[in-house]
Amino acid sequence: MNNYNRDQVMNVISSVMGKINSSQGEPLEHIRSELSGLAKTIDDMHKDILSSRGHDISDKHVPTATDELDAVVGATEEATASIMDSCDAIQAIVENVEKDTRASVFDETTKIFEACSFQDITGQRIAKVIKTLKDIELTVDNLLNLFGPEEGDISKPEAIDNRTEDEKLLNGPQLNGQGVSQDDIDKLLAEFD
Amino acid sequence: MGKRIKKVGLFMNTDIKVLIVDDYNTMLRIIRNLLSQIGFKNVDEAIDGTQALEKFKANNYGLIISDWNMEPMSGYEFLKEVRAGSHNNKVPFIMVTAESKTENVIKAKQAGVSNYIVKPFNAETLKGKIESVLQE
Repeated sequence: MNNYNRDQVMNVISSVMGKINSSQGEPLEHIRSELSGLAKTIDDMHKDILSSRGHDISDKHVPTATDELDAVVGATEEATASIMDSCDAIQAIVENVEKDTRASVFDETTKIFEACSFQDITGQRIAKVIKTLKDIELTVDNLLNLFGPEEGDISKPEAIDNRTEDEKLLNGPQLNGQGVSQDDIDKLLAEFD
Repeated sequence: MGKRIKKVGLFMNTDIKVLIVDDYNTMLRIIRNLLSQIGFKNVDEAIDGTQALEKFKANNYGLIISDWNMEPMSGYEFLKEVRAGSHNNKVPFIMVTAESKTENVIKAKQAGVSNYIVKPFNAETLKGKIESVLQE
């Protein structure tokens, strides 16, 4: 990748503008040469951005990340609902028992309810992360669109997967509908017997 | 933390209708459970400010407990709508929210909030704030 940066581009632009505005007048050839250099820098930047597979960020990585985060929120909500169902059941069971016992049980179940509020806080934090990721996705999209359609510009190399065979087996929990169920696993294992 | 909430004294009418507003079902359940322990059994729920406003206009609530961060209408916008209207606009309104910046508290107070609880909170805090607003 070229070692261009914003300062380099700005310096070229400033140089060109300076020569255009110069009272002594620069030969046209010099100005033309500067502008050609600027055009080449921009063209190199264009190629570098396209070859970096920037669209993977917005088309693949960010949607995957936000799906996973949504799954986290869903799973924690389910789990806390289950915990609170049990607390409700416990409170109902002890409603008519001896007063001190009832009070002790309610003290403990109240602590559980209070602790379950973690799900609300973590859900909100995750929502902030999702929003940040979507902002990044939009910024990348806008930057790529700035350079126009990429079809036919250059051929993008396929992303190289350098993981070992064992590492390729490490995919983590699957989203709903994408993994196999316990029943499916049991049936599959039974086929080996 | 976690002590069973004693039912309130004679000063508070726990027969009043309460509206709780939050976009997380978990929080609605927690608050409903805690209110039940205090003695409030007549509780309605809403999942955002818009739904809350509809229910508010159709009912006579004695207390509102609302989250801030909701869409399409936030708890802050809901509060302003309640205070700006002619129906029951003096209803005690407690904001229960993770928004913990000073400016949030100031804005809510300026908009007419009765009290402000920051999440996570415990049962005693909720009870104390409810007692405080209902006795005013």
